Amino acid sequence: MIDQLVIPLLKIVIVLNATLVAVTYMVLLERKVIAWAQSRLGPMRVGPYGVLQPVADAIKLMIKEDITPVRADRWVFTAAPIISMVPALIVYAVIPFGPTIKLFGRSVTLYITDINVGLLYIVSVASVGVYGIILAGYSSNSKYPLLASLRASAQLISYEVAVTLTLVSVIMMAGTLSMVGIVNAQYNQHAWFVFLQPVAFVIVLIGGLAETNRAPFDLPEAEQELTGGFHTEYSGMRFALFFLAEYANMIVVSSVVTTLFLGGWLPPFPNTAALHFLYYVPSWAWFLVKSFLFLYLFIWIRATLPRYRYDQLMNIGWKVLIPLAIANLIVTGIVKVALL
Amino acid sequence: MAQAIAFYFISACILGFAVLVVSTRDTVHSVLFLVLDFLFVAALYVLLGAQFLAAIQVLVYAGGIVVLYLFVVMLVNLKRPPEAHSDPHRRTKLGFGLAAAVLVEFGAIAVYSYARPAAAIAPPAAAAMPVSGNTEQIGWLLYTSYLIPFEIASMLLLVAMIGAIVLAKREL
Repeated sequence: MIDQLVIPLLKIVIVLNATLVAVTYMVLLERKVIAWAQSRLGPMRVGPYGVLQPVADAIKLMIKEDITPVRADRWVFTAAPIISMVPALIVYAVIPFGPTIKLFGRSVTLYITDINVGLLYIVSVASVGVYGIILAGYSSNSKYPLLASLRASAQLISYEVAVTLTLVSVIMMAGTLSMVGIVNAQYNQHAWFVFLQPVAFVIVLIGGLAETNRAPFDLPEAEQELTGGFHTEYSGMRFALFFLAEYANMIVVSSVVTTLFLGGWLPPFPNTAALHFLYYVPSWAWFLVKSFLFLYLFIWIRATLPRYRYDQLMNIGWKVLIPLAIANLIVTGIVKVALL
Repeated sequence: MAQAIAFYFISACILGFAVLVVSTRDTVHSVLFLVLDFLFVAALYVLLGAQFLAAIQVLVYAGGIVVLYLFVVMLVNLKRPPEAHSDPHRRTKLGFGLAAAVLVEFGAIAVYSYARPAAAIAPPAAAAMPVSGNTEQIGWLLYTSYLIPFEIASMLLLVAMIGAIVLAKREL
C-alpha cells in the first residue's frame, strides 16, 4: 500500500512543486544574470536583492484580466496553453534524480518511475508539446501569432529530427532506452558519455536550445518582428502558462542532457578509486548541480549571442546538424561493432 | 475486469474521435481530433503491454505526421466554408461499394476467427525469443521473422522520399 500508492504520490507532489518553484526562480535568475552581463543590477525592489520578485510576478499575472479575442477560436485558444504546459510537466515522470536510497528504513527510488522506453517517452511527449505553440498561433486569429507559430512548427520539426537521430547513437552506446539504465551504463563503461559521444553532446545541446525556443533560436517569439510571437494575444494566467512551459522545458532539456551525457547522479570519474570521497556528496546534489550548470549556460548564451536569421536557422538544422547526426550514428555503429 | 473497462472506454474514444475527424467542418479541429485519436490508440498499445509501440505511435503519428498536416492546413488556409451543393465529381456509388467491401472483409475475419479454436490463432513463436524486454523483442522479430516485410517497407519509404524530392525540385 505504502510502496504502491503513498510514496509515488508523494514523489509526484514533491517533483511538481519543486519544478514550479524552480521555474519561477529561473525567471529571476535569468533577469539577474542578464542584468549582470549588461552591468545593471536587475530586480532589486521586491525583497532583499529582489528575491521576492517571482512572488510579485505570480500575483500580478493572476490578477490580470483574462482576455479572449472576439474572433478567436475559443476552444482551441483555451486549450493551447494547457497543451503546452502538460507535456512539459509529465516528462519529469522518468527523469532520474538519483539511484535507490535508504530512507527511514525503506528503500526509495529517487525517480518517479523507470519504464523500459524512458528516453522514447521523453521524445514523444516533447513532440506533443509543439501543438501548444502551433494552436496558440492559429486560434488567436491574428497575423503575428500565426506567422510565429508557422516559424515555430518548422523550427521544432527540423531540430527534432536531428536530436532524435543523435539520441539513437547514445542509445547504441548504452544498449537501453531506460533513463536509469543509461546512467548505469555510464558507470559500467567507466566514463560519462560526453567523453565517448562529444559530437552527440554538442548536437543535443544546440537542438535543445532550438526546441525550447531559447536564444539564439528564439525566432517564434522575436519581439522586434512579431510583437511577441505566438502568445501575443494571451494575457494573465494563460500567458503565464506558456511562460512556465518554456522554463519547465529548459529544465527538462538540462536534466536530459545531464542524464545522457554527464552521468546523471554519478560524481565525476565514478570508477576512479582516488576520487571515491566524491560519493560523500549526495547523488541528487550532483544531479542538481550539473543541471544547474546547463541552465546557467542557457542564460549565458541568451545574454551573449544575437538571434539567427530564419534561413540561417534552417541551414544549421538541415545542412549541418542532420548530416552530422547521421555521420555520428554511422561512426558509432562501426566502432561499436569493431570493438565487440 | 478493470482491463476490460479500460479497453472498451479507449475503443469507444477511438471510434468517437474517428467519427468526429470526418464529420467536423473546421479542418484544424478535424486534425486535432485525429491527434486525440492517435493518443488513444497509443493508450490501447500500453494496455496491451506494448510500450515501445505506444511511444513510437505518439512520436511518429501524433507528434510528427500530424504536425505536418496541421502545418499544411494552416498554410493553405481553408477558412472558406465548404459549399453546400453537391459535388458533380463525387462518386457516391463507388464510395458505398468500397465501404461494403471493407464491411464484408471485417465480417469474414470475425466469422473465420470465431470458427477456429483459440489454440490455432495463438502466436506460435512466443517461446523461441532469446531476448527479454519490449524493445529488444520487437527488434528481434523485425530482424528475423519479419525481415523481408521490414526491408520492403524501408524501400517504400525510400521511394516516397525520392518522389518527394523529384516533385519539389523540377530541374535536378
